[in-house]
This record gives sequence, structure tokens and C-alpha cells, in this order.
Amino acid sequence: MFAMSVALRGYTVLVLLFLVAPLLVVVPLSFSSGEVLTLPVPGFSLRWYADFFTAGRWLSSTRNSLVVGLHAAAFATLLGTLAAFGLFLARPGTRSRTVLALLSLPLVVPSVIAGVAMYFAFAMVGLTSTLAGLILAHTVLALPYVVVTVLAGLQGFDRTQLRAATSLGAPFHLVLRRVVLPQISPAVAAGALFAFATSFDELIVALFIAGPEQFTLPRQMLAGLREFLSPTICAAAVLLTLMSLLLLALHQALLGPKGK
Amino acid sequence: MMPAVLVVVLALVVPLLVSAATAVRDPELRAALPRTAALLRAWDGHGLPEEATFAALAGELRAAEAEQALGALSRRLNFERSGMRGLLLRAARAELVAPYSMALPALDPRWGAPATWALLRRAALGVTPLYLLRAVDLDIAADGAVVMQPAEEAVFGRLFLRSLVIALQVTLLALLVAYPAAYAIARLSPGWARLATVLVLVPFWVSILVRTTAWFILLQREGPLNAALLALGVTDHPLQLIFTRFAVLVAMVHVLLPFAILPMVGVMKRIDPRLARAAASLGATRWQHFRRVYLPLSLPGVGAGGLIVFMLAIGFYITPALVGGNTDQMVSAFIADYTTTTLNWGMAGALALLLLAMTAAVVALALLLVPRLRPRGIGAPP
Repeated sequence: MFAMSVALRGYTVLVLLFLVAPLLVVVPLSFSSGEVLTLPVPGFSLRWYADFFTAGRWLSSTRNSLVVGLHAAAFATLLGTLAAFGLFLARPGTRSRTVLALLSLPLVVPSVIAGVAMYFAFAMVGLTSTLAGLILAHTVLALPYVVVTVLAGLQGFDRTQLRAATSLGAPFHLVLRRVVLPQISPAVAAGALFAFATSFDELIVALFIAGPEQFTLPRQMLAGLREFLSPTICAAAVLLTLMSLLLLALHQALLGPKGK
Repeated sequence: MMPAVLVVVLALVVPLLVSAATAVRDPELRAALPRTAALLRAWDGHGLPEEATFAALAGELRAAEAEQALGALSRRLNFERSGMRGLLLRAARAELVAPYSMALPALDPRWGAPATWALLRRAALGVTPLYLLRAVDLDIAADGAVVMQPAEEAVFGRLFLRSLVIALQVTLLALLVAYPAAYAIARLSPGWARLATVLVLVPFWVSILVRTTAWFILLQREGPLNAALLALGVTDHPLQLIFTRFAVLVAMVHVLLPFAILPMVGVMKRIDPRLARAAASLGATRWQHFRRVYLPLSLPGVGAGGLIVFMLAIGFYITPALVGGNTDQMVSAFIADYTTTTLNWGMAGALALLLLAMTAAVVALALLLVPRLRPRGIGAPP
């Protein structure tokens, strides 16, 4: 193994800076006392955060994001955990490979295509411009992350426990709840977090199928960016980033120091 | 696993099929003028139809106009041949008397032209290749033959090429920037490696829109980047950074870089460091070791990262839309525009179908040509 050269270390620091530094630019702007987005800021104030927490459309979009995110995460976690367990039990073969490929589809389809397709299809059954439609869409988009995370969590699971529990007379749902779930709960929780984060940050599908009443936080931000670039957008960006960092920290804590 | 499969099928697979069907569906004429459509379908298509068809058209046009139900149809026909909207609306509003096969051509000579009626007959069939043809810069001529679009109308070939070029540029840049950094992260001591990985994960978890917003502000004419360049004396006047291809590439590489770094780190961590000593003891130079041992072993990570970055980049919408100029927009922007602004769902469906096909083709080609690149567990969260 080669000793790492100073140049390589310096380069890596630069790449990491490139990744993280742009995220910081909105922080001073969000605390600016002025209305123009220039640095250095003329003075500091909390007026844009006050604006965020009093303006009706920012509050309602935050509420929509939370409602959609929590529901989508709950459904995706339920469905995804069951699917992962099913895949874990299934004999490896064409059938389980097909199921896994199908469940990974939301990752591969470009989100604009998924958005347009859902817009056309949901319009036929009256699901566009409804929170239920948005929850369904985000459930599908988040599902693959739950399946993959829980499948990874099941890798160390000893299947003989299943036979042991069944031979002692435990019905399937009890085996699942008392034997399997306690052992894979960190993976399930990590999957749920990722599902929530996926929904909370999702913009493209919401752009197509949400009406103004269902605007989520990213959708409201985009509307703001397109009409008038006010520092409230920076405040919203900071709050969204803090939420992401919180979710990331929880996710890291759940999956342990493996850095998975 | 069946409930999950059912939800994916109902909420994604079925919509994708609906979207594909939208690309070839042609419902407008049948919906607005059902009797005329039936007569047109029964007609053999030679010359002009019979008086009954003229009469049905005149009557139904008038009735539909009274109910303001001609919007979708006139949009559809005008899309195929400009001028059809006016032709249709004038006929709908005129006071006509039988025989209509005389009255309509008297109103406008185009009603006496077989090409007009051939066009109406094609629109009455319920399915049309028109949108898919237009999406590949072809057109249906007056006689029904498939012809090339004139050069100034042939926009979609250039659009797909541009999207492909931007996606490939972003992929290449991301891989080049990521490779040395991934190499370094894979070699750091566990504590530092964890810190570096978390720093890579931070932007990965932060919403793409938030990251694009950051670039949108950074690259403004009076923005922080220009201010820094002016202060450093690199330039004496603010540069046009935003709404350029440069802005699109920088912002997209920033958004997609974690997807390139993380799979590479994963693969590079599994490369046995003793191989370097083995290579050195056999007389290999550092360059030979890199080229003959390390690079081939790290290629699966490069392949996985490259594929993910490319697949995400080719469908990018929000970043080019916000920081790019008019000539930096990708296919997705046109799909969104046709869906929500111009309400031409046929074109939106056709472009979406082609984009999906192109994405699948490039990925399949990459997997086929370079079996070593074949990724395992693609799309797994890092």
C-alpha cells in the first residue's frame, strides 16, 4: 500500500469541500436583514424565518410534506419489510429475481417519466390533486429503499429460528412479530427513515400530480424560485437541510459504525 | 411480497403502460365528432367522401362548437397540419345549406381537397403513429407517406442528442472527479474514512432542489462566486455563469457526485492492499501496478457508479431547468412542458417512451459491451 501523497489528500479535501460548501451558502442569506440575495449580508435578522413560520402557504406545504412523508414511509415500510422477508424466504430463482427487479423499477425509471405516467393514469381514477395520490406515488418511490435495506438486515438472520418457532406452535404472524422483527428492527427503522427522506425531498412527481392544495415543501420552494427569489426560500432550504441532516444522523446511528 | 408487487404494478407499471398508450392514442376526433368518425372509417379513402360525410361533419361541427367542445380536436388537427384550427372553426360557425359537399368547398377550397379528408380519416382511426414519428423528426405527408421533417422543424433529434451529450459529459466528469477521491477515502484510517463518507452522504441526503437552489444563488451575476472572482482579480467584470452549459454541468456533477464516489469506495475497500506489495516485489512500477492490477479491480465500482450517474443524469429536469439556458434543456423539460403547459399529451407520451427506450438501450449496451462493468445490487442505498 502506498503512502498517500499530500496532493491526493489535498485533492480529496477539495472534493469534499465542493460537495458540502455550496450547501452552506444559503445559511448566511437566510439570516440576512436585507431583501437581496447578496453576500456579505447587510445585517442579521430572523425575519425570513418569521416569514416562513407565519406565511400560510409555507406552513400548509410543510404540513403536507409531513403528512405525505409519514404516510408514505409507513406504507412503504410495511409493504417493503414484508416483501423483503418474502424474498428472503423464497427459493432463489427466476421468480424471486423477477420480483426484485420489479420492486427496483422505481429506482430505474427517470422520475419525470414516472411523474408523467402517474399523472396520466391517476387522472383517470381521480387521484391527481389529492393527498392520497401523492402518498401512493411516494410509497412506490420509497419502496425499493426499504426492500434493499431490510434484505441487507436479514443477511445475518439464522433461519433455523423460524423452524424452531414454528415447531413450538407459533403461527406465522407471531413468528414474524416476536422472532424476526426484533432482530431486524434497526434495518426496518433505517429503511423507514430513508423512505421518509425520499418522500420529504421528492419534487418531480409532486410537480405533476399535486395541485396547489397539495403543494409539498420542495414544490412550494420551486414555485418561489420561479416567481420571486426571496430569502424565505433560503430559510426553507436551511430548514430542509437540517431535517436531512437529522435523518442522516439517525440513519447512521441505526446502522452502526459500519458506515453502511 | 405480493402486496408490494401489486402496489408497484398498479401505481407504476400500469401508469407506464398508460403513458405508452397515450403516445399512440388518437381519441379527439372520435370524441368530438362520433358520427363523422364512423363514416370516415367506413370510407375507402380515395378522392372525396360522399355527401353524407360532408353533412355529418357540418352538423356535428356546429353542435360541438355550440357546446364549446372543439378545443381538443382543433388543437390535435392543428398539430398535424397548421391552419386546420381556423378551417375547422370557420366551418363550425358558418351558416351552411345542403348540399354540404358544395357548401363546404365554397367556404374554403381546402374542403374540396382529398388531402384534408385523408387527414381527417387518419385522425378518425383512434390510433396514430403521428406523435412517435414527430418525436423522431418524421412527419406524415398529405398523401399519407412518412417523410422527414424540414430541417428547421427537426428539433427532437438535436434534443435527444443534447440530452445524451450532457448526460455523458456529467458521467465522465463525475467519474474523473470521484476516482482519486474514492481511492483516497478507501485508504483512509477507519475514523477518517467514516468522517469522509458522512461528508459524501450529507449532500446525498439533502434534497436535489435545495442543492440546485444553492447553485442558483451562487452562480447569479451578483452572486458570491462572481464576487469572489472579482475580489481575486481573476476577472474585471462579472461573468455570465448562470443559464449556461457550464452551470448545468457544475450543478449536475455536484448533485450526482455521491452516486459516483460511494460505489467506487465500496469496491476499492475490498481490493487487497497486499497486491501492491506483491506487484512491487515482482518488479512492477507504481504506474504498472495501477494500470494492470488496481484499475481493473476497481472497474466494477466505476461501472456501477457510472451507470447510476448516467441513468439519473439522462432524466434530469429540475437542475437544467433552473440553472441552464434555453439551449441546455433536456428531454425531460419538453416532456414536462407538453404535459402541463401545452397539454399535448400525445407528444409527452411519445417523448417519455423514447427517453425510456434510450435509457434502457444505453444501459443494456454498456452491460453487453463491458461484462466486467456489470454491477451487482445496482441502486442499493449506500
